[in-house]
Amino acid sequence: MLESDFQKQNRFFLNMGPQHPSTHGVLLIVLEMSGEYVLDPQPVLGFVHRMHEKMAESRPCGGFMPNTARMDYVCALPYNHGYVSLIERKTGIEVPKRAEYIRVITSELNRVASHLLWLGAYLLDLGAFTPILYGFDDREHILDILEDITGSRLTYCYYRFGGVYQDIDDKFVDATRAFIQRLRKRFVIYEKLVTKNIIFIKRTENIGIVSPDMALRYGMTGPNLRGSGIAYDVRKNEPYSVYPEFDFEVPVGAQGDCLDRYMVRIREMEQSLRIIEQALDRLPEGPVRAKVPKNIKLSPGDCNFAVEAARGELSYYLVGDGTSTPYRLKVRVPSYSNLSCLPELGRGILLPDLVSILGSFDLVIPEMDR
Amino acid sequence: METISILPPELIRMLIAVIIIISFLFLNAIMMGYLERKIAGHVQRRPGPMEVGFHGILQMVVDGVKLLGKELLIPFNVDRTLFRVAPLLSFTPVILPLLVIPFSEKLQARDLSLGLIFIVSMGSVNVMALLVAGWGSNNKYSMFGAMRAVAQSIAFEIPILLSMLAVVLMCNTFSLKEIVGAQQKIWFVVLQPVAFLIYVIAGVAETNRAPFDLPEAESELTAGFHTEYSGMGFSLFFIGEYTNMFIVASVATVLFLGGWHGPNLPYGEYLGVVWFFLKVYFLLFLMIMIRWTYPRVRFDQLLNFAWKYLVPFSFVNILITAVLVKL
Repeated sequence: MLESDFQKQNRFFLNMGPQHPSTHGVLLIVLEMSGEYVLDPQPVLGFVHRMHEKMAESRPCGGFMPNTARMDYVCALPYNHGYVSLIERKTGIEVPKRAEYIRVITSELNRVASHLLWLGAYLLDLGAFTPILYGFDDREHILDILEDITGSRLTYCYYRFGGVYQDIDDKFVDATRAFIQRLRKRFVIYEKLVTKNIIFIKRTENIGIVSPDMALRYGMTGPNLRGSGIAYDVRKNEPYSVYPEFDFEVPVGAQGDCLDRYMVRIREMEQSLRIIEQALDRLPEGPVRAKVPKNIKLSPGDCNFAVEAARGELSYYLVGDGTSTPYRLKVRVPSYSNLSCLPELGRGILLPDLVSILGSFDLVIPEMDR
Repeated sequence: METISILPPELIRMLIAVIIIISFLFLNAIMMGYLERKIAGHVQRRPGPMEVGFHGILQMVVDGVKLLGKELLIPFNVDRTLFRVAPLLSFTPVILPLLVIPFSEKLQARDLSLGLIFIVSMGSVNVMALLVAGWGSNNKYSMFGAMRAVAQSIAFEIPILLSMLAVVLMCNTFSLKEIVGAQQKIWFVVLQPVAFLIYVIAGVAETNRAPFDLPEAESELTAGFHTEYSGMGFSLFFIGEYTNMFIVASVATVLFLGGWHGPNLPYGEYLGVVWFFLKVYFLLFLMIMIRWTYPRVRFDQLLNFAWKYLVPFSFVNILITAVLVKL
């Protein structure tokens, strides 16, 4: 039906972005359309490219720490985590146990904050105005908790080589526990308001089905991959930090549509809360920062470290040349691969479905452009 | 006094009515804008406007002044005439239906014998304004919005008309005053619940309100048909939308909720207007609550809903009504 003569003759181009409200940042998607059907969506990147990788090559490795938080500003702590772990692996720095626990707790809090923001933004894409404020209300609590301990609300620079900047206090522990109780109650509200809403289900079920084969072909990771039914999570499959000590599940979806990706993220938030609870219960005593030489020398040779960020697998690849400045730093970000299946997925669908799919991928544009 | 007596008294009466109605229309837009923002605020667990005046009560006035003070922007390469005419075209037809609405037994500008038909036909003109705005803007997003508005309006006008007809069949008249008069004992919402439901759903769609706000769907079409409008052009669309909501709610009140009827008040033939407004604003409150609760439906789902459910149901409803009335 799509390829009728009339539609072949009446194709036109529509620029969705870079200032479109549902591309969440400065992403341009050039749509070749016929009526309201999208025939060929082509993402165009590069509007916020800041040369983070090049910056890493021009300063001592410690100076790159603030940059890591500015790639994915929604979920910055796993980016910190990946980078410090990379340098620790490269130089063989031992991290105290307590510091690793604190890293896990704060990273998981940040993951929940990121998913809450996504929940609101996705529903906003689907035309519901209210859930975003509920999501922001909860997220605000996390930001307050993290602000107390890290000093910033969004672009954290909390982890240090060999530990964390400062120890957590009782206030942090109490506030986190209270927040977990609160969020568990709020999940009930979200379920009533969103998950069981018939219009929401109609807008997401069987929309944008990513088959497992397709997800692997494009290198999708994170909740988008798990939504397609593949239980790959860096925290389980290539455990890092102290994740093996915790008991948590990796939620997977059934068929890979937008609803599955939604459900995976909702259930992931619950799992994150479980991890935080266990970590708070078993929090060991001790120092939070190891003795680290002032001038870190990166030995010649390469090194790689992958962590599970909120959007998927984030990996840092570093080549050293004996100085303290990396010879090359490559960041593999999840959103880029997640977006790359859009031209194939978006062929012959309606414009509102494209918005729904884009939202369900949970893209952060500065992360792709970095 | 001599000059006045030369004019026919009916003309003076109409003039006064039009002036009152136009001023009411602006007042309604201000009140609705404030109500919407306050209710939205409370639905979302925030206070809403609080800064200007007591609990932000003057917020909409300030906003209106701001909109008035804006430059009249005409984007490059638009059809200048159509671009300018469209807001007026959206604003004018929503004034006229108010002339035939009976606010109370004696408060009605003109009791047309075909009042209901008049309201419906004026509602159709409003769609033309959206089409003209979308076409004149020379913007693809606006065009999408305009096309959606037309398809949506055609789809939902049929169930609206059919549900109105069910009431008309029961009281044998198109005059709104007589329809309200027929509900002295029992409101038609009791006798025609299906028609009422269909009317309210289709009415929300007809006024382009969420979850059926496809012509302006901001996450898809940035702002739909009024993407290119700012200042007074935008606010005329805005006032048009709120007045349209008021008209849909008033017609629902007249047809189904017994118009001015309610517990007796002194000077009932005038003060019935209190009951009328209570019912209208209750319906408007519902419409606002719906908007801030639900996501937006997809376009094809909306049309399917209209053609596959609302139209057949209203046909069956009207058939049953016809048979029962004949009995």
